[in-house]
Amino acid sequence: MSVIGKRAVRREAQVRADGAGLFTDDMKIHGMLHAAVVRSPVARGEIIRLESRSASRLAGFEGLFTYKNIPGRNSVPIVIDDQPCLAAGRVNYIGEPVAIVVAQSRETARKAAGMVTVVCRELPPLLDPLTARNHRKIRLYGDDNIFKHMKIRRGDVDSAFRLCDVIIENEYRTPFQEHAYIEPQAMIAVPNPDGTIDISGSMQCPFYVRKAVTTVLGLKDSAVRVVQCATGGAFGGKEDVPSLVACQAALGAWLLKRPVKIVYDRTEDMICTSKRHPSVVRYKSGASSDGILRAVEVEYIIDGGAYATLSAVVLFRGTVHSVGPYRCENIKVDSYAVATNKVPAGAFRGFGSPQILFAVESQMDQLAEKLGLDPLEFRRRNILKRNDVTATGQKLQYSVGLEDTLDRVIRVSGWNPRSDREKDTGFGLSTIFYGVGLGAGGKHLARTGANVIMNADGSVTFSVGTTEIGQGMVTVLSQIVADRLGVPLDWVTMIPTDTSRVPDSGPTVASRSTTMSGNALLDACTKIRTQLIDEASLILGCRPDQIILDDGFARTETKSIPLLEVIKACTAKRRCLAAEGWHVSPPTSWDDETGRGDAYVVYSWATNLALVKVDRETGEVDVRKIWAAHDIGKAVNPALAEGQIEGGTLQGLGYALMEEMAVDSKGKLLNTEFSTYILPTAADQPDIVPEIVEHAYPDGPYGAKGFGEQPLMGIAPAIANAIYDAVGVRIRDLPITPEKIWRALKDTNHKDRISGRDRAHS
Amino acid sequence: MRLIDLLREKLELTGTKEGCGKGECGACTVLIDNQAVCSCLILCAQVAGRSIVTIEGAEKMRETALLQQTFAETGAIQCGFCTPGMILSAAALLKTVRRPTRAQIKKHIAGNLCRCTGYTKILDAVEAAALKLETAKPK
Repeated sequence: MSVIGKRAVRREAQVRADGAGLFTDDMKIHGMLHAAVVRSPVARGEIIRLESRSASRLAGFEGLFTYKNIPGRNSVPIVIDDQPCLAAGRVNYIGEPVAIVVAQSRETARKAAGMVTVVCRELPPLLDPLTARNHRKIRLYGDDNIFKHMKIRRGDVDSAFRLCDVIIENEYRTPFQEHAYIEPQAMIAVPNPDGTIDISGSMQCPFYVRKAVTTVLGLKDSAVRVVQCATGGAFGGKEDVPSLVACQAALGAWLLKRPVKIVYDRTEDMICTSKRHPSVVRYKSGASSDGILRAVEVEYIIDGGAYATLSAVVLFRGTVHSVGPYRCENIKVDSYAVATNKVPAGAFRGFGSPQILFAVESQMDQLAEKLGLDPLEFRRRNILKRNDVTATGQKLQYSVGLEDTLDRVIRVSGWNPRSDREKDTGFGLSTIFYGVGLGAGGKHLARTGANVIMNADGSVTFSVGTTEIGQGMVTVLSQIVADRLGVPLDWVTMIPTDTSRVPDSGPTVASRSTTMSGNALLDACTKIRTQLIDEASLILGCRPDQIILDDGFARTETKSIPLLEVIKACTAKRRCLAAEGWHVSPPTSWDDETGRGDAYVVYSWATNLALVKVDRETGEVDVRKIWAAHDIGKAVNPALAEGQIEGGTLQGLGYALMEEMAVDSKGKLLNTEFSTYILPTAADQPDIVPEIVEHAYPDGPYGAKGFGEQPLMGIAPAIANAIYDAVGVRIRDLPITPEKIWRALKDTNHKDRISGRDRAHS
Repeated sequence: MRLIDLLREKLELTGTKEGCGKGECGACTVLIDNQAVCSCLILCAQVAGRSIVTIEGAEKMRETALLQQTFAETGAIQCGFCTPGMILSAAALLKTVRRPTRAQIKKHIAGNLCRCTGYTKILDAVEAAALKLETAKPK
């Protein structure tokens, strides 16, 4: 019986249920010191001096380090190399790291850091990306404060709009969304006498961390070993930020020759670490009376914050998804990542697509209404199907299950857009897609390694370069290894991710672990399997192709022997039952001038349907139910896949209705606690109905595609569309708070909060 | 000294996790005389003479032992950081309400934040544990 497709219990479940399983702060190293960060008090300024005398007098104070103490290069390179490890002269956001304090206890370190004064000459900050873009005087990045500009040009939008029967044009805005992983950032650095250093901590990308530490300490890759600890949630917030945190621990450790641990305080974490890019989207879409989407013109601006970090690639993904999962012949997209004096924005589940899809799916409903079509019918006429061509000119040759997800949601929910419903309740739809993996924007990173060792007693250990962050990767990969080698699942163990065990395998992002690490493991396991089957064929006296390896046995149609016997024979003959694997993504392409290319190797697809009830008196929205159907190619473990759907859907609900981080006129984040940054709790949870659809991806392990981010992406527009269906108000800036709905309802003209013009073709 | 520091630093019982240090996330929940309490908000002096249960004692208490089992079985654990606090919180409920409704469970654990699971399978797990408690009752 294959273990693929089984609802196997997570390998770490028991350990986590016991509270064990070593998160970073659970680890204690003999002689360990503690670090804390001294940070910029202003959004933009020049450092005059640090005043640290009172701090240095605290009992237990061990050292204060600035950029001047950095042995290597003062840089934490992510994509563009513009971010310093410690500010050297200029500061560009409130909370920017300026110095590291090391002390004997965490309490002393934090106290000391708080006592260091950063004396600055304050400069006027740029806080609005629209103001910052092309600013005449203030230069934060390059000549125009634009980290990156991307385009799509297809057909002729001007002519096409003239022929449209319906045009909808609006502006949408989305705010900072904070990851709010429950485990704060944490790292431990342990220097070794031989000139090497070991880093362990909470992270998604051990190889990024290694690169940062080698840069800052001026060491070779072979001198830095990074091992991931159990990580308490990430969602993108531990993609690039841990590189900075690791350097903060490593610098003190290196200079003092002592182990150093750093754990961020929650408020510090909320102020100083990356978030989802705020955005402004100006969207114009037009359709003909036969219900076909004819033209799309988009300006998509993301607020990158003080340093480029991941903005260029967030922009890439957002741009590729900017038309939604639809056919459209005439497209003009201009997207910009702009520098401002705020914390650098970064990766968060969806990576530039939730913002733009909020606009896309809101537009689709508004177009449908103007056309006199219901939102379901309008989408049916336009959604991409197999052999269609995407907005970037990519022909979809395989694995296009969008229509199936739509059909599934309709069937399971029983929704009829034209039927009556209870007063003030409404249904809202969204259909979305997601390019799996790094795509053309990250092709140089699109390779992964693995190694597998089968021991003489049949137990198997494996290593990969991607990380478990709660999504269930260890279990899914264990199932793949168990299946390929024909052993019971409990014979298989993954070794914690460690840069010394596999070659640079890239980051754990872009929903890439199942496909990339899965395929690398299949490569390795196939080599071991060949040895086992070879030996088994000798024992059983048959051809290799007659043998199946399954659940600890080697079987033919008539005979069966325990795999342990085969392994014993292999071992006696000194066959190698260990192997390495390597997987490189199929080619992708991108033309910067036209925005044409095979942007991603494959896409996942989803349909969301939200049922809401709106309280007209208070504006509160009660989300009763959300149906979410996802085409994921193959569910290696359906229970874990459901877990991603349920978790991502609720994060999407938070994004839709309650989450935003506000900034004041000086660039200070205003709501930086769990009591003021409102997250969905169990009490806010709607009924979530997850549905799995499988349109196999030929290059995916067992047909699987990645999809961990996708569940969040379409929820906000589904809820916005449902609110409109319920009470006739359309809110175009997130979060859709009760105040916004209440005001819109009170406004006798029902004018939308952000001015939008919709006009019929004249 | 806070109770959470006594547990984690002095007694080296690191099963109790610190998520915010302000009593806003529930990750540090322990049972004090069978009540779910944030250990980051309690000073050591306050617990003199009281009985404390942390996740390390879960297997010794029927409600927590069953919850550990059902959490694992239903897939209610993703990153696992909120899990100890969540289990102890749920146990406090099951000690006072034998077959809580889903709505009651939601309300009771609303003070335990989970960012990974969306709570669906956590609720399923608590219901499953409640059912096991009920069916295992001596006749």
